[in-house]
Amino acid sequence: MTHAGYILASYLVAAGVAAALVAWVALDARALRRRLADLESRGIRRRSAGASGP
Amino acid sequence: MALVDLANPTRFLSLSHRLLPFLWAAAGVVVVAGLWLGLAVSPADYQQGDTVRIMYIHVPSAWLSMAIYGLMAVASLGTLVWRHPLADVTAKSAAPIGAAFTFVTLVTGSLWGRPMWGTFWVWDARLTSELVLLLMYLGLIAVWRAIDDPGRGARIAAVLTLVGTVNLPIIKFSVDWWNTLHQPASVFRADGPTIDPSMLTPLFTMATGLALLTAALLFTAIGNEILRRRVRTLEMVAASADP
Repeated sequence: MTHAGYILASYLVAAGVAAALVAWVALDARALRRRLADLESRGIRRRSAGASGP
Repeated sequence: MALVDLANPTRFLSLSHRLLPFLWAAAGVVVVAGLWLGLAVSPADYQQGDTVRIMYIHVPSAWLSMAIYGLMAVASLGTLVWRHPLADVTAKSAAPIGAAFTFVTLVTGSLWGRPMWGTFWVWDARLTSELVLLLMYLGLIAVWRAIDDPGRGARIAAVLTLVGTVNLPIIKFSVDWWNTLHQPASVFRADGPTIDPSMLTPLFTMATGLALLTAALLFTAIGNEILRRRVRTLEMVAASADP
């Protein structure tokens, strides 16, 4: 394969960026769900949720 | 379900929760197929040799870098004109993904340019306008992060996004308007593509795979942003309840 180093570098950069994006959304989702669960466990609710809830 | 029903964030979360496993799976399968076609099946180009394989990630990334900005522009109209509850959430979530694809476009273009043009970079109109797109993405991300009031941040970012759309036709037509080192359009042309089908197939397969990946990332990021705004609301409720 000609210029294999450039081709490999291109695919590695693209794979690294794609992996970083997937990790970003996954870790962000996990952290946000934890914060939301923590707030709700302390009895804090949105007014709209309180109004429509039991 | 009517499209307008998706204006409800809770309904959007419910729909995306059901859709996302299929999107992630489809993205994985199609990207792997694209890699196999691009790296193992497609032939080397008679002039570029194997470096043509860089095109299978460079070109779809470039398309997505512009398509995502276009989506943000439509969402910005939704913010300013219709005040759609998900419009700013969509634009804000899309910006880092668009920036990432623009970065990949620039880096893979440079890595292709070195062996083919003899240089990593020239201040060519196509390359420069794509770099401007990256700076616009980064600037918009900074605006969203810098302004505490989400409503005010949304309006400012929407106006800036719409102003920035002037760069999209410049990127697309720069190779026609100016004498550039970058080659002219070879896929979307009035007289049809100039690329052989043996190379068009991996190109479109990879473009489809990366578009599916973008959709999966975007739906997840929008869900995250909705959760972030709920967390912010609850934290404000908690702060106001504290004596």
